[in-house]
Amino acid sequence: MQAETREVAIRVRDLVVGFDSRRVLDGLSLDVKRGEILGFVGASGGGKSVLMRTIIGLIPKRAGTIEVLGVDLGRASLKQRRAIERRWGILFQQGALFSSLTVRQNVQFPMREYLDVSDRLLDDVAMAKLEMVGLKPEVGDRYPSELSGGMIKRVALARALALDPDIVFLDEPTSGLDPIGAGEFDDLIRTLQRTLGLTVFMVTHDLDSLYTVCDRIAALADGKVIAAGPIETMLASEHPWLKAYFHGKRARAVMG
Amino acid sequence: MSGSRSRSADDTLRLRPSPAARLHPEFLVNGEPLLTSTIEGDRLRLAAGGPWTADHAARLERLIAKVRVPKKRVSRVEIDAAGIERLDTFGAWLLERIVRDNAQAQREAQVVRLNERYRDLFDEVQQANREPPPRRREAGAIRSGIEGIGRTMVMVGHDLVQIVLMFGAVMVALLRVLVRPATFRLTSVVHHLDRVGWRAVPIIILITFLIGAVIAQQGIFHFRRFGADVYVVDMVGILVLREVGVLIVAIMVAGRSGSAYTAELGSMKMREETDALRTMGFDPVEVLILPRIIALIIGLPILTFLGSMSALYGGGLVSWLYGGLNPDIFIARLRDAISLDHFVVGMIKAPFMALIIGVVSCVEGMQVKGSAESLGAQTTAAVVKAIFLVIVLDAFFAIFFASIGM
Repeated sequence: MQAETREVAIRVRDLVVGFDSRRVLDGLSLDVKRGEILGFVGASGGGKSVLMRTIIGLIPKRAGTIEVLGVDLGRASLKQRRAIERRWGILFQQGALFSSLTVRQNVQFPMREYLDVSDRLLDDVAMAKLEMVGLKPEVGDRYPSELSGGMIKRVALARALALDPDIVFLDEPTSGLDPIGAGEFDDLIRTLQRTLGLTVFMVTHDLDSLYTVCDRIAALADGKVIAAGPIETMLASEHPWLKAYFHGKRARAVMG
Repeated sequence: MSGSRSRSADDTLRLRPSPAARLHPEFLVNGEPLLTSTIEGDRLRLAAGGPWTADHAARLERLIAKVRVPKKRVSRVEIDAAGIERLDTFGAWLLERIVRDNAQAQREAQVVRLNERYRDLFDEVQQANREPPPRRREAGAIRSGIEGIGRTMVMVGHDLVQIVLMFGAVMVALLRVLVRPATFRLTSVVHHLDRVGWRAVPIIILITFLIGAVIAQQGIFHFRRFGADVYVVDMVGILVLREVGVLIVAIMVAGRSGSAYTAELGSMKMREETDALRTMGFDPVEVLILPRIIALIIGLPILTFLGSMSALYGGGLVSWLYGGLNPDIFIARLRDAISLDHFVVGMIKAPFMALIIGVVSCVEGMQVKGSAESLGAQTTAAVVKAIFLVIVLDAFFAIFFASIGM
């Protein structure tokens, strides 16, 4: 019951997003509470990434409201929008690191743009962030093309956390990682969420992540959130898609 | 007013709001960060307060820089963090930095009374940056200048080797195709011929038309002074057929199609498409590069022919409209002035230039590394090198044809 009263970080109401004549999201409503890790699941091509990209403003919406940290993004002035953008960090599925900058410059990029601090502090904090996501200092001078998939995800996470945001959006953070790497990444997200007090919005397919790190799960089908709640709610749901998802062969393997 | 007040209260330093705070007033809700220093015996007590966050980092840095530690008397530094309202990685690192800087100066330093909810974060930051970052050696200006020249020379040699290797690989692929004609990729060649040949026709005709017109206009303008107007036909004919037609077309094609080849192959290489081909048992040279080069070798002579005709047409039109030279006279004069040799000299060069453009752009494409920047750099290099080599080749042909008397 404590969770019910907690402040809402992201509030989406009756959101409609479509491409041409196709409606991908059709009257979707969702709350993400402050300080929680929300796992967002749904079929491939069902609009999970579309929702994330709509919230962060990369895709225009047709109707509905999106409120982030109490600001209605549809009505926010440019200044308010900038202030909100400054308070979220995004981990894109492929990392989206700037390929012409080194790892350290990638992490420093948002700091350099938003903060007016000395180079020494920039260097120190960037290296500290890299260390927090589990990378060695010498990685700092490498270019993204010289990194492995897991390292790219870590650097991208460090960049998403560069300005100590309040909200972090993760688009399939563990996809493309081996189970050990994915498990470590889950732990990392948990630890960082706890130490930095983050709100995490995580689009994922990884059943392990859903079981181990997510406080709540929201499931998307037919353009709407069909269920939201802790894993027990998902398991108890009678919706055919959720049943197939959480009681399928792979799900049983995870549950043991 | 406010300035004098801030100076007075012991060592409290108040500075103007940070740019971020001015831009986003909501960051000011928690007030401004503070750092107060008091000395108690051999102990320096620093009281930190307010928000210690990224938005205030610049001000915090200045506050910390202004803390003076009397060298002789103070042996212990205590940072009282009870007043800190908000803390993030920046603030935590700055606290840790005070601790480390003092520890380096042989003073005992510690952070006390930090809010429990920031304990994890501070512990995490305390672990960071323990290893000194790897330092790169920085060479002097002269040394790095010489080093740069050396590297460039090595690169030039490397480029030449790569071009020769690619030329060899293309020849091997060609021989393989000749032995087994079934493997020849006709569809691909036709597709590329459409792109580099057919679609280039309008722009090539327009540009060569204008060049021909300009040559004729300049010729008439200057020749008229000594009544040699009619020789403009000789000049336009010989210049266009021997040199200008093929050069302009080759340069246009290098910029238009050579760059496209490099970008296409480069992005295929970036996305491991060439590796995929190789693992499926295909040779990228045979599948991707040979059809492109063959398309260029077929396309460029055709474009050269069209371009030369268009330039002659432009020259003739200007001679008529600007120089008053009747088209009948122009054609009769042209027939006298030029022989088949001039035409042949121009046309012979075209396929060789196509080969150079194709090989250079494919070499550059295959050298693209993972980054977007490298794709851009290689595409630029491909165009510059292709145009340079086209002109060098043209010079060699000039010497060659002169010595065989064509």
